[in-house]
Amino acid sequence: MASTLAAEAADPEPPRTRRIILPAAIFLILALLPIAAALTHQRYLVDLATRVMVYAVAAVALDLLVGCGGLISFGHAAFIGIGAYAVGILSAHGIGDALVALPTAIIAAMLFAWLTGIVCLRTKGVYFIMITLAFGQMIFFVATSLAPYGGDNGLTIAARNTIAGVALLKSDRAFYYFTLICLLATYLFCRALVASRFGRVLRGGKENTTRMATIGFTIRRFQLVAYIITGGLGGLSGFLLANSAEFVSPAYMSWQQSGELIVMVILGGLGTLHGAIIGTAVYLVVEEWLSGITENWQVIFGPLLVLAVLFARGGLLGVGAKLRRHLAEGDGNG
Amino acid sequence: MSSTLFLVQVLNGLQFGVLLFLIAAGLTLVFGVMDFINLAHGVQYMLGAYLAVAFYGVFDNFLVALVLALLAALAFGLLLEFLVFRHLYARDHLDQVIATFGIILFLNHAVRLVWGAAPLTLPVPEFFTGSISLMAGLHYPVWRLVIIAAGLGVAALLYLLVSFTRIGMLVRAGSTNAAMVSALGVNIERLFMFVFGFGSMLAGFAGIMIAPIISVEPGMGTNILILAFVVIVIGGIGSIRGAFVAALLIGLVDTLGRSFSVDILRLFMAPSPARMVGPALASMLIYVLMAIVLYVRPSGLFPARGR
Amino acid sequence: MAEPHLHLQGLCKSFGSLVVTDDVTLDVHAGEMHALIGPNGAGKTTLINQMSGLIAPDAGTVLFAGDDITALPPETRALRGMSRTFQISSILPGFAVVENVALAVQARTGSSFRFFGDAADEPALNIPAMAALETAGIVDRANARAGELSHGEKRALELAIALAMQPQLLLLDEPMAGIGRDETERLVNLLLRLKGQLTMVLVEHDMAAVFALADRISVLIRGRLLTTGSPAQVRADPQVVTAYLGEQME
Repeated sequence: MASTLAAEAADPEPPRTRRIILPAAIFLILALLPIAAALTHQRYLVDLATRVMVYAVAAVALDLLVGCGGLISFGHAAFIGIGAYAVGILSAHGIGDALVALPTAIIAAMLFAWLTGIVCLRTKGVYFIMITLAFGQMIFFVATSLAPYGGDNGLTIAARNTIAGVALLKSDRAFYYFTLICLLATYLFCRALVASRFGRVLRGGKENTTRMATIGFTIRRFQLVAYIITGGLGGLSGFLLANSAEFVSPAYMSWQQSGELIVMVILGGLGTLHGAIIGTAVYLVVEEWLSGITENWQVIFGPLLVLAVLFARGGLLGVGAKLRRHLAEGDGNG
Repeated sequence: MSSTLFLVQVLNGLQFGVLLFLIAAGLTLVFGVMDFINLAHGVQYMLGAYLAVAFYGVFDNFLVALVLALLAALAFGLLLEFLVFRHLYARDHLDQVIATFGIILFLNHAVRLVWGAAPLTLPVPEFFTGSISLMAGLHYPVWRLVIIAAGLGVAALLYLLVSFTRIGMLVRAGSTNAAMVSALGVNIERLFMFVFGFGSMLAGFAGIMIAPIISVEPGMGTNILILAFVVIVIGGIGSIRGAFVAALLIGLVDTLGRSFSVDILRLFMAPSPARMVGPALASMLIYVLMAIVLYVRPSGLFPARGR
Repeated sequence: MAEPHLHLQGLCKSFGSLVVTDDVTLDVHAGEMHALIGPNGAGKTTLINQMSGLIAPDAGTVLFAGDDITALPPETRALRGMSRTFQISSILPGFAVVENVALAVQARTGSSFRFFGDAADEPALNIPAMAALETAGIVDRANARAGELSHGEKRALELAIALAMQPQLLLLDEPMAGIGRDETERLVNLLLRLKGQLTMVLVEHDMAAVFALADRISVLIRGRLLTTGSPAQVRADPQVVTAYLGEQME
């Protein structure tokens, strides 16, 4: 099988720099960003970075599923949507506290992941991709037909969730740091998962299912658990999205959204987890920038994606690694 | 719920099913023979409709527009194959998904640039306007009957092609083992091109036929594409017969479900909650059907042998 | 007479119109080294696949230690004490050599649903893994990436993985395929040392090795079991000589 955009980023023994310094740098930058934004009077940066972090939670989770488990889910946005609608529906009924909304969002998403996962995981390859796509579409249509909750037009949320009654998330900066903590927790959790016994079985199943079976592992069971975990984290992302925008809409779970999530994951470099954060940032920043230039930014972005797939192996981290190798060789010869 | 209404919806379901088949047939062939996941297939359908509108605008004749649009759709499909897709056959599915996703983004917006975002219309060809009376009290639009007939005709043609011609045999062989077919000396590149072009034409044909009765707008291919995916997953990837059965099944279940969900629910609950829950359940119906079929048969109803 | 460790009863398998396994009834006794020989295309690998559960027979049953395992998937058979090597090395190329084997140990050591802790650092898994690598003769390559091993080293890794499972029944599918004289000798000595400790089924073309190792030999021709017997019996059987051995022996 020819090399892919996805395959070459996940170096089995990435140097210490990549494993620790780069992620640490990312989170440090994110932590300091609001201060820098205030100093340079670029308040919109905080909004943009919040959006990046919200989607990055979902992207990191998806990277776990795709990069670690080899399961290409094209319906990941469904979990974001479910989490968001959990917040929205509860809010419409007067329940606005995160202590209720957050667990509800995550559990609802995990439940959907469990029910659909049981079916999806009986298939593989191209079937799997399409079934996840179909289930995502199903939830999308269910949301559009929920007339009391806005249907097609979506639902505005009165206010951000309170935490134990206190409006801690009201200020944008407070919400920013709350989201940052969620992202950090997601990242660390996923990282631990990848290195754990569970993660190792998952990775083994991705490389050679037959061998894993003849060793004694029922891979499907592990894949289902991974799918449920990923779904739950998607629900977390949805909770954050609903609170960030104070609005929920079926568009959150459109298949275009699912596609964008996959692109975000691949763009950074599949299988590295922090690559997903970088990919999300790049995607949203480029989208922001291009749409400022022209309304038809997708006309430019679409072909860029195609070219990236055809020529940029391993996403940005892969390209970065190649550059580094080139420079190292150049130094040796020069 | 009268029986005429029921029959009308059955016919609508058949018409929808036939449309789905036209799109799904090309998709399942491309999957089956090239193992290529083509998200951009829905764009071919959309382009067929737009091209028909464009050519009709020039020549004021539906038949001319039909032929020209078909040829243009074929040409465009081959162009896409040549420029992009043939470089992706050897890549893994993830790459194919992303590349074709990029193409959708591009083409959906390109169409908007060329033709504008406002929905366009195409008049039903004069000979087929109006409704005819199929039986007492049952009037049905002629054009929809034409679509059903055309779809069944294409299905029959495909059946003949695949079962009785040399190229059909190659397609069937390629569906089960493309590497072997290539090793036997068949020009696999040309076979792929043929399959892809033919599939694009089928999708374009569907778009042309449906244009007179729906509004032609950017992004019209996306929803129906996903339904086409459901069709081929239920029918079995690579199987035209499976696509046919599944398409009609889904067309009927979806149409009848949407029309009568509220009525059926009212047998069990009060009108108000029925009206609320009905549409939501109806939209889930075909996916639940898909889930059930796949749970029992993970490779679909008629999987092409060897998968 | 003790119950056979592995009993195949009337096993049949066809792919389309091609009959690959033709009513095979076979016993493998506990602790014996049972060789399975036959010309290419005789259906030996398919038979091994039906023993290990990768292929379901069209008809017939497979009994392992008295239990009917015909419907059990390979995972379950593995946990019951059946392990195998593949004709074409089936390893995890992206993992380190020691991790390949550690995974085999992990399958039977505690729960794998642990989400924390570095699996690569667990002595409970690594020590037995290293021991298996030592037995197979490639412990010096423990930290190399499995995909970078030479062909012979990969065959050794196959064996290490299978042994790390501490199986009661070991199915070996052409373990000597494509390895050199020295390595073949080492492998034969290893298998001789293992004899009696576990039951083994050996599919091989290398007749010298087969006759050196086997307690009993079964001959498979075109999916059908021709005969089963001691090496001396099989070597002398005129049917076997004409059908197969005549080409093999000088």
